[in-house]
Amino acid sequence: MAFHIDKLEKRWIYMVAGIVVMAWGIQIYYAAQGWHPPSNVEVIDSAQLHLASGVGGDEFSEQNIGIKRDENGMLVVTMVAARYGFYPQEITLPQGEPFKMRIASFDVLHGIYIPLTNLNLMLVPGYVSEVTTTVNTLGDYPMLCHDFCGMGHAYMFGNVKIVPADEYKL
Amino acid sequence: MPICSGTSKSFLPTNTNYDLSEGTYLLTMSMTDTGTQAPAYVKHAKWLGLSNMWVGFGAFALAIPMGLYQVAERSNLFPAAESRELYYTSVTTHGVLMAYVLTTFFIMGFGYFSALHSLKQDVWSPLFSWTGFVIALVGTVMAAVPLLLGEASVMYTFYPPEMAVTPFYIGAALLFVGSWFWCVDMVIGMMQWRRANPGMAVPLVMFGTTMNALLWLWTSMGATLEVLIQILPLKFGWVDTIDPGLARTFFSWTLHAIVYFWLLPAYIAMYSIMPRESGGKLFSDELARVAFVMLFIFSVPIGFHHLYMDPQQAAGWKLLHMFGTFMVAVPTFITGFTILATLEVSGRLRGGKGLFGWIAKLRWNNPMTLATILSMMMLTAGGFGGVINASYSMNALIHNTQWITGHFHLIFGGTSVIMYFAVAYWAWPRITGRKLASRRMALWQLWLWFWGMIVTTMPWHVLGLLGQPRRVDTLPYSDELNAIWNPYEVVMFAGAVMLTLSAIMFIVVLVRSHFSERLQQPPEVVFGTAIHQPLRVPKLLNSLALWNWAMLVYMLASYGYPLLQFVFLGTPQTIPFGFGE
Repeated sequence: MAFHIDKLEKRWIYMVAGIVVMAWGIQIYYAAQGWHPPSNVEVIDSAQLHLASGVGGDEFSEQNIGIKRDENGMLVVTMVAARYGFYPQEITLPQGEPFKMRIASFDVLHGIYIPLTNLNLMLVPGYVSEVTTTVNTLGDYPMLCHDFCGMGHAYMFGNVKIVPADEYKL
Repeated sequence: MPICSGTSKSFLPTNTNYDLSEGTYLLTMSMTDTGTQAPAYVKHAKWLGLSNMWVGFGAFALAIPMGLYQVAERSNLFPAAESRELYYTSVTTHGVLMAYVLTTFFIMGFGYFSALHSLKQDVWSPLFSWTGFVIALVGTVMAAVPLLLGEASVMYTFYPPEMAVTPFYIGAALLFVGSWFWCVDMVIGMMQWRRANPGMAVPLVMFGTTMNALLWLWTSMGATLEVLIQILPLKFGWVDTIDPGLARTFFSWTLHAIVYFWLLPAYIAMYSIMPRESGGKLFSDELARVAFVMLFIFSVPIGFHHLYMDPQQAAGWKLLHMFGTFMVAVPTFITGFTILATLEVSGRLRGGKGLFGWIAKLRWNNPMTLATILSMMMLTAGGFGGVINASYSMNALIHNTQWITGHFHLIFGGTSVIMYFAVAYWAWPRITGRKLASRRMALWQLWLWFWGMIVTTMPWHVLGLLGQPRRVDTLPYSDELNAIWNPYEVVMFAGAVMLTLSAIMFIVVLVRSHFSERLQQPPEVVFGTAIHQPLRVPKLLNSLALWNWAMLVYMLASYGYPLLQFVFLGTPQTIPFGFGE
């Protein structure tokens, strides 16, 4: 009934345990600094984004989408994703300044991703997706849908222009 | 008895002379099938094994051209190939055939073959086993028809509210139901053997296979609940709306552990077939069992790393699943160690000297040994990528990019499927009693598959880091991005051509092996033994019950509240879109 384990195996297992603890440690370290994936668990009526009476209100109605500053001065981008586009279709943001993106799907599953950045969200109908991030490099980026949403999926993208902070006007 | 009892002071016990010729292995060696009338289990192992594996490899053959087509279509290199309908049909069908049909049928076939031979015991009811096979086959055909007609282009992850036609879901469900018959067969087989051999260690190959059966029962439950509770009521018109957040949570339960369902047979082959094929002995039997148990426990309750970017689950739960996800590294590293040590043992027994001299002495001309080496290399590369995917914050850099496609092709198409090939090369002469048509071609095929995978997936990883999304039929985003993406598109196309050629070679070798020269004395079905082959192992490494309970507790802890929250979250429901809506 003896459980045979080689000395080499034991050493290896200690090393593996060390690797796992180190990986955990790195994760905890960054999580403690506020690097969380988007996880706001906030519901909304995707079929009634335009109505104030729907669950979640009319934050995503046509007159309310776009870029604003909230009471703390934080830039807030409010967007709608619908087959096959993002609305507003084009946004301009300042380089190096954090902004909060709040976005809801109007119909099916979508995603939004800005290549070469860490802005990456799943858009699930019935839920509001939110993330706060910063883009540090100037330029024009597509913001594209990265989850299959129908035959026009590949053509679902908008544009983001990142401009120097001192030239930025809201 | 040439079984080593040496104290393991040195790496290799030197006080024993190994006799590596046939007929000297303890336990599994006592029996010869030839000569007298073959027992019933041999017949059932042959036909259950052959039927199941051929359905799997048939699906593989069908899915391969669709892979090549996708690469050609999305690269924008071949204007004549452009068709988004065909592209998304191909993505879904390639995914379903490879991920559900090839895997499930191969695993069932290999499972029956190795279970019956290692236990030397028949299935408890051949009718039951064949019923499972027929149900799974009917389900496969039922799902394949709408897939090929383009009426189920919802990805193999079938995320609602996109909808396919009803037969697709019923067919997929039947495939699952059929596979559960196999799971029951494996669990019953192990229980019967233990009753007949009280206190004895279940053969390692059977322990791993049964663990995988149990894993699949747990794993398949998430998608099954999604289909039963959400999708079918919608398709039958009992309800009008659906909560995609709940559906994604259910599917995440299946989505990660299914990968281990596919991978475990590869490990099982490395642990139980490779040692003997490479001319050596398994470094440790007990640690292999520990690895199987850990892979079982830590692969299911961790599906949230597929939902890191999702809005419907809270950060704390994602963090919890991250801890479990990294735990999977432990059995993976143990497996890596044991397999490499086993290879080293083989190399040294064959006269290899020095720190690296044993590598040259390995049986590179043995398909199982070669496939193990190549598989381990792809596991190393793919596992590194997996660490990024599993990272709580780094995931945002690569989620749903082409990086992911690269990652799972390395782990599944590479690490797992190359071992499926090797198992087929090993099993076919033992099933058909005929010579493997061409070992030379088999070896070339494995090498070509390996290099094809490397050449295809490395550009994909880079493209993902350069921001290219997965599952898009064209790349209309910006000229600047296309300018940096295009060179990699060309390379990946070359890789896909290599993979296609390799797949054709595989099918050719298998088909020809049904018509090749009949062997006077077909090779026996015997599994490798360990340096310290245990006759008995601790009870925890010989039974399933405790681990089953442990899984229940862990699942309740990690999926209990995240599923329960949908009862009181009050999510406004979503209207379905798509086929039949």
